[in-house]
Amino acid sequence: MSANQWTIAAARDALRKGEISAVDLTMSCLTAIDAGDALNAFVHKTPELALEQARAADARIGSGNAPAMCGIPLGIKDLFCTRSVPSQAASNILKGFKPEYESTVTSKLFDAGAVMLGKLNMDEFAMGSSNETSCYGNAVNPWRRQGSNVQLTPGGSSGGSASAVAADLCLAATGTDTGGSIRQPAAFTGIVGIKPTYGRVSRWGVVAFASSLDQAGPMTKTVRDAAIMLQAMSGHDAKDSTSADIPVPDFEAALTGDIRGQVIGIPREYRMDGMPAEIEALWQKGIEMLKDAGAEVRDISLPHTRYALPAYYVIAPAEASSNLARYDGVRYGHRAKLSAGDGITEMYEKTRAEGFGPEVQRRIMVGTYVLSAGFYDAYYNRARKVRALIKRDFETVFADGVDAILTPATPSAAFGLGEMSEADPIQMYLNDVFTVTVNLAGLPGIAVPVGLDAQGLPLGLQLIGRPWEEASLLNHAHVLESRAGFVAKAEKWW
Amino acid sequence: MAIDIDTARKVAKLARIRVEEADLPALAGKLSGILGFMEQLNEVDVSGVEPMTSVTPMRLKRRADVVTDGDIQAQILKNAPDAREGFFAVPKVVE
Repeated sequence: MSANQWTIAAARDALRKGEISAVDLTMSCLTAIDAGDALNAFVHKTPELALEQARAADARIGSGNAPAMCGIPLGIKDLFCTRSVPSQAASNILKGFKPEYESTVTSKLFDAGAVMLGKLNMDEFAMGSSNETSCYGNAVNPWRRQGSNVQLTPGGSSGGSASAVAADLCLAATGTDTGGSIRQPAAFTGIVGIKPTYGRVSRWGVVAFASSLDQAGPMTKTVRDAAIMLQAMSGHDAKDSTSADIPVPDFEAALTGDIRGQVIGIPREYRMDGMPAEIEALWQKGIEMLKDAGAEVRDISLPHTRYALPAYYVIAPAEASSNLARYDGVRYGHRAKLSAGDGITEMYEKTRAEGFGPEVQRRIMVGTYVLSAGFYDAYYNRARKVRALIKRDFETVFADGVDAILTPATPSAAFGLGEMSEADPIQMYLNDVFTVTVNLAGLPGIAVPVGLDAQGLPLGLQLIGRPWEEASLLNHAHVLESRAGFVAKAEKWW
Repeated sequence: MAIDIDTARKVAKLARIRVEEADLPALAGKLSGILGFMEQLNEVDVSGVEPMTSVTPMRLKRRADVVTDGDIQAQILKNAPDAREGFFAVPKVVE
């Protein structure tokens, strides 16, 4: 097994024992990245920075007492602002933008000694579920259907992150999740992805999509790695006013594997009409695994579940239309070429028409409409009231003693790139049906790979936890992971 | 609620995104589809429910009203498409 295929935990231990240097570990990933261009996962490579950081990590490890992430090579989603490195949220409107500052998450990871290999593909401004809205072109899933060479989506919006981790181009990656953008791609590629509680990880320096829903999190090969990396990303940040000023527990230490007596809720509303039998069977398998581990499984009701998607598709575009107003061609990024006589309004309108792709334009306009005079109450305020009810549904079951909730992660396995291109935008939005409630309620959620479908593609389950109880959630996920014993890897074709 | 071409034109204008006249009917159709999907929210009884304003019940922190940053003009202007004499430059705004 070459070093790029290792987990964070294995690499951490090998680095400390002197079995490998951070430079060699990084070189192994850089080689895999160059051989993996067909996946279109890395869109800006930073090999020089990576080797410089790796050399510093080796020195730190040599002196003893280095943090767990020291010397670990990572991919960083293009949504994170990274100093002097292109950070364009996969949008043409930020073409050429090189931030003069570092996001809090990447700062924390770098302070912990982590190595950045480059920036990862994603849907434009994180708006999409298939990585097909990216200005860099599609990221490609390393997995293929048995006996087929049809290219599949790695999911979205963190599609490049998922593809890179699943194909062992890096040990782990950062992702962000506004409606499922960490968990759906993780499920589509057979890896682990956790969206922490809203406020656990600082949003400062992460290009904003919908500020009340956005959270960053790790995308990793194992639950243990998710625990290690989330630890390094979490914590209070004075630069994010919604960042929680509460202690961060030791997530890895919480992985005891003991969930006896824990109550797992199974929400009946997640049993959707027309749900594929394979997803239903996988869910049942997950239930049996947790029961077998000594958990008590209980049927629960989250009555407002079916209204989560429509509420989300009011609230997220509303916040996006406001957040994306800043792209005006004045301070950074693209500015359209103007014709004689064009004034500032033409500059705004042409710049935004050229810079934003069709899905982003559509969402900005939906947001503009639902916030416009006369419609604010009918759409935006109503959606916020429904959001309060969705949150209350969860609070009720948690108050009744439920410790975690088990659901499918996605309504299907990965689909083919281009397969949804003729579909209505709503069809694409349905990808988020199991994940979006978690963002609306601000809860932690994790996707864990559990099995393969009949075509040999990975399928995942989602566990949802109580607010701030990522430690316990990770332990539940760890149990599910151990029982599922998912070890399959995509057959290398790239 | 169906979005007509005039409404689509108005929304594009408010959003400061140029949409060619020929593209307005398709845009109106897509927006109508999305808004139609949102109509489901009308089925929910929201009487007496306050709109959610904060994900986690918390009082926003206040900071001391002091200068913590500054003298970084070059950094601020570094990414500007057009910067002159220490300012962002834009087309003429006032005649």
